[in-house]
Amino acid sequence: MMRRLYPHPYLSLLLVMVWLLLVNRLALGSLVMAAFLATVIPLLTSAYWPARPRLQSPMRLVAYVALVVWDIILANIQVAVIVLFKPADQIRSAWITVPLDLTSPEAITLLAGTITMTPGTITADFSADGQALLIHALHAPDPDAVRDDIKARYEDRLKRIFI
Amino acid sequence: MMTAYALSFAIGCFALALLLNLWRLITSPTLPDRILAVDTMVVNVIALVVLYGIKSGTGLNFEAAVLFAMTGFISTVAFCKYLLRGSIIE
Amino acid sequence: MIWDLLIAALLVISGLFGLIGAFGLLKLRAPMQRLHAPTKATTVGVGAALLASAGTAVLVGDAPWQEAMVAVFLFLTAPLTALYLAKAHLHGTVDRKGLPPTGTGSDWAGFTPPPQE
Repeated sequence: MMRRLYPHPYLSLLLVMVWLLLVNRLALGSLVMAAFLATVIPLLTSAYWPARPRLQSPMRLVAYVALVVWDIILANIQVAVIVLFKPADQIRSAWITVPLDLTSPEAITLLAGTITMTPGTITADFSADGQALLIHALHAPDPDAVRDDIKARYEDRLKRIFI
Repeated sequence: MMTAYALSFAIGCFALALLLNLWRLITSPTLPDRILAVDTMVVNVIALVVLYGIKSGTGLNFEAAVLFAMTGFISTVAFCKYLLRGSIIE
Repeated sequence: MIWDLLIAALLVISGLFGLIGAFGLLKLRAPMQRLHAPTKATTVGVGAALLASAGTAVLVGDAPWQEAMVAVFLFLTAPLTALYLAKAHLHGTVDRKGLPPTGTGSDWAGFTPPPQE
């Protein structure tokens, strides 16, 4: 019963929090509205998101987010240096294929988002069977090293977070 | 005092960035580049809204920032979908 | 005093990154390269401005929840806009023969026709 009414309990909880932050005051009316939205939105969207993602260790996810935030800061300094000081004809851009070991759609989405936000790489497409990502690197003299770095630094950690 | 100078500097930077983006929007060679220029302008405007909140001392103009973020994101995606498929709602 | 210095530094960083994003958009030559500068630098520029705003809010005694909301929203949507723009470039301005193979047997999803119902 509860399972059918709330197919994604974490999403419902998140919706309540976001709604209360949006109205920015704690009143009975906004609480009722938040509860209503938290019930209706997951029900309406559950057809597009049938399976629940299974987290192995939520604490590792927090550590992962911290690592990614740190990398975003470093990445932006790198990109800024390339943009400012490298002559335009010396920038070696490359397309890179990253084969995936991850299978859960949520994990792949998270990996793609991480790649876009970190060092000079952007996720551009994925293969039709979902087993490889197409990445564009701003400046990669050695494309294989970029691929190995992504697999070792991010995918390995995500493999341990999602089952 | 120091914060006031830094604030003026940041506002000036983002205003200049908006002008550069406008220049890019006018002279860009391809259509996706124009969309990118508009998207960057939206993000810069959000920054200006945030900075104005600090300058006026009234705190963050939250509604304006969120509205810009949402409409900017959705319009960028809609433009791109239009380029990709020739229609927005299929 | 140190708090003021921190906020001032964040403001300067935010302005510089916003400017770098716009400059990169003008300077870089290939269309796909241009995607890199604004999607990241500008996002971090706004992130630093939001941190400064949160800092002033804490100084007055408010909790910076709304700044956090805007930051989360921006950092969640930035990869999506980048992905959509990259897809638009893949279909419009990029030579398809320049793309590497998938190595999995099927083509890139953007070039595969959607499944028929």
